Amino acid sequence: MNLLVPLVVTIPLLGSALTLALGRRRPLQIVVSVLALTLVAVIGAVLLVQIDQTGPAVVQVGGWAAPWGIVLVVDRLAAIMLLVSALMLLGVLLFAVGQGIVDGDRETPVSIFHPTYLVLAAGLFNAFIAGDLFNLYVGFEMLLSASYVLLTLGGTGARIRVGVTYIVVSLVSSILFLSAIALIYGATGTVTMALIADRVADLPPDVQLILNLLLLLAFCVKAAVFPLSFWLPDSYPTAPAPVTAVFAGLLTKVGIYAIIRTQTLLFPESPLSVPLMVVAFLTMTVGILGALAQADIKRMLSFTLVSHIGYMIFGIAMGTPLAITATIFYVVHHITVQTTLFLCAGLIERVGGTTSLARLGGLLKAAPFVAFLFFVGALNLGGIPPFSGFLGKIALFQAGAEIAEPVTYVLMGAGAATSLLTLYALARVWNIAFWRGEGEVEDYESPMLDALLEDPDDEGAVTTRTISPLMTGATTALLLLTVSLTVFAGPIFALTARAAADIETPATYIDAVFPNGTP
Amino acid sequence: MSASLTLVIVMAVMYAAGVYVMLERSLTRVLIGFLLVGNATNLLIFLMSGRPGTSPIVTGTSADAAMVDPVPQVLMLTAIVINFGITALILALIYRSWWLARLGDEGDTVTDEHAAETVESTEESFRSVSEDEAASQEDLDASERGTETGPDQQHQHQQGGEGGETAGAPGTGMTL
Repeated sequence: MNLLVPLVVTIPLLGSALTLALGRRRPLQIVVSVLALTLVAVIGAVLLVQIDQTGPAVVQVGGWAAPWGIVLVVDRLAAIMLLVSALMLLGVLLFAVGQGIVDGDRETPVSIFHPTYLVLAAGLFNAFIAGDLFNLYVGFEMLLSASYVLLTLGGTGARIRVGVTYIVVSLVSSILFLSAIALIYGATGTVTMALIADRVADLPPDVQLILNLLLLLAFCVKAAVFPLSFWLPDSYPTAPAPVTAVFAGLLTKVGIYAIIRTQTLLFPESPLSVPLMVVAFLTMTVGILGALAQADIKRMLSFTLVSHIGYMIFGIAMGTPLAITATIFYVVHHITVQTTLFLCAGLIERVGGTTSLARLGGLLKAAPFVAFLFFVGALNLGGIPPFSGFLGKIALFQAGAEIAEPVTYVLMGAGAATSLLTLYALARVWNIAFWRGEGEVEDYESPMLDALLEDPDDEGAVTTRTISPLMTGATTALLLLTVSLTVFAGPIFALTARAAADIETPATYIDAVFPNGTP
Repeated sequence: MSASLTLVIVMAVMYAAGVYVMLERSLTRVLIGFLLVGNATNLLIFLMSGRPGTSPIVTGTSADAAMVDPVPQVLMLTAIVINFGITALILALIYRSWWLARLGDEGDTVTDEHAAETVESTEESFRSVSEDEAASQEDLDASERGTETGPDQQHQHQQGGEGGETAGAPGTGMTL
């Protein structure tokens, strides 16, 4: 079983090399990348089932024992993240392939799309299974480098302009992370997370606080936590639709994953609970207020993405077993639903030729199935019962009520308000883009929309292009996945509860890495 | 843990200068700032190995006690490689944004200044190839059924050659 762990990184990397060599044979490229991601998804599922029964899987790379060699650790949380992200990557890849087939691959230089996409996947999986901080850093760098290339795909003026902002912000956060690793090494003499967790308690409290803050700062930039989220709504919407979907679903969640590890494994006694709640409150409210003021569907979705990161930070800040359970459930829900909605935005762009609300209309008639996909996804994100968005939020609120402090009640209120406002923002898209008649678009006068038209690169409606069945098929599959989170909420919630129980007792993790006691 | 004061000062200066330069508008300066800050971070990692010592080679003798901590050097090496790759990417981006700023989106369709020469030389090579082919074809035809069809064949070959040139010309425009 342990042999499977390194494969989740090596398979996509080998696939990447192979697709690069097959640059001129697109059908083969597609076969290789679909195969690679399918394999990883299968491995993720097998690992999840096994680990759920036998406890964390630990691999010592190169046979070097823990503090000296690199360890790969897969506990329940990592296995859940592996499986969900592999499925998402696979779904989005199929969507991208469908889009490429319709366009005849002329639109984007697809010969580099597949290799880069697989490197992104490998970096993502590497970050999830990393047992030491430095390997986590390498995973981050792999996925970020790939994301730089994917974001600036085609090298158009708009993409280069936002790409530069994105890259500079990411580089600064990477340097912060690296400095944090250096200081942690200086303070504890190791980068293995299990050993840091063991030794960090002996440090003076102020040193602990500095190290904790430095790590959090680096991860909060990646997770787009307010006020470090300013870069996200500008950079994501300009990328091609499938790329935006992957970024929105997965890249911010790697940051969340790293924050969970920091706050539960490395610094479980962290005094930062209340500051994190304040930040969560601001992320939720500022994010959703931004979403209300957008006239472009992709930008609106990017702002809701930022706003919903607040829920996860809220859960991490509470830190009780129920809160962590709810957070993991919410992460899984949010990865799937946000990816699906961004793919829906991609479909809307194809049908309507634009994602600007000022020019869309009559989509319900033009594309009833896309309307259905968007509607279900929107209800789910807005937290309408019985969907998983509602279940995740109610679990978070339960955890808040359990703690029963004024600050958690404030956060619960903000969470409920954010949920309502999300619904409002999505209903506005529904009313304008889907319900409004196509004939109304010309004479429709809305001072609000006029005031909101601020997109400098808006080139007006493009000619409508066809949608391939593969694109709708991939989106439908992901939507079914989000719905199945509702249908199988019981078992999934039980699983996330067990994952949270692992996390709540860092000793489980430490013992798995050091079966004979820490050195 | 003790550390070299010189290195600490150098690191601090590099951090300060790097952050200052990174705040500039020009992308090239941002890159220089990133290089400075990145290397300052490498120095920070290096400083964490503490007191200078002998090279980290295990000899099994008492000399091992004075050995310097090798782990930060390994971490640094990886960080340097990553920085190198990202620097290359940013350089490509800078070039691309310079290209776009100078020529706009039309830049992709502009042929380079040597386009005329290239077209001429390809034209020549095409012509010589088609002439060769026409000549050999002529010989073949002559040996088979006489010489009447010769000039026609030659003309067709010329046309094919010119078609190839015009298709080849846009390829000389620069794309990234």
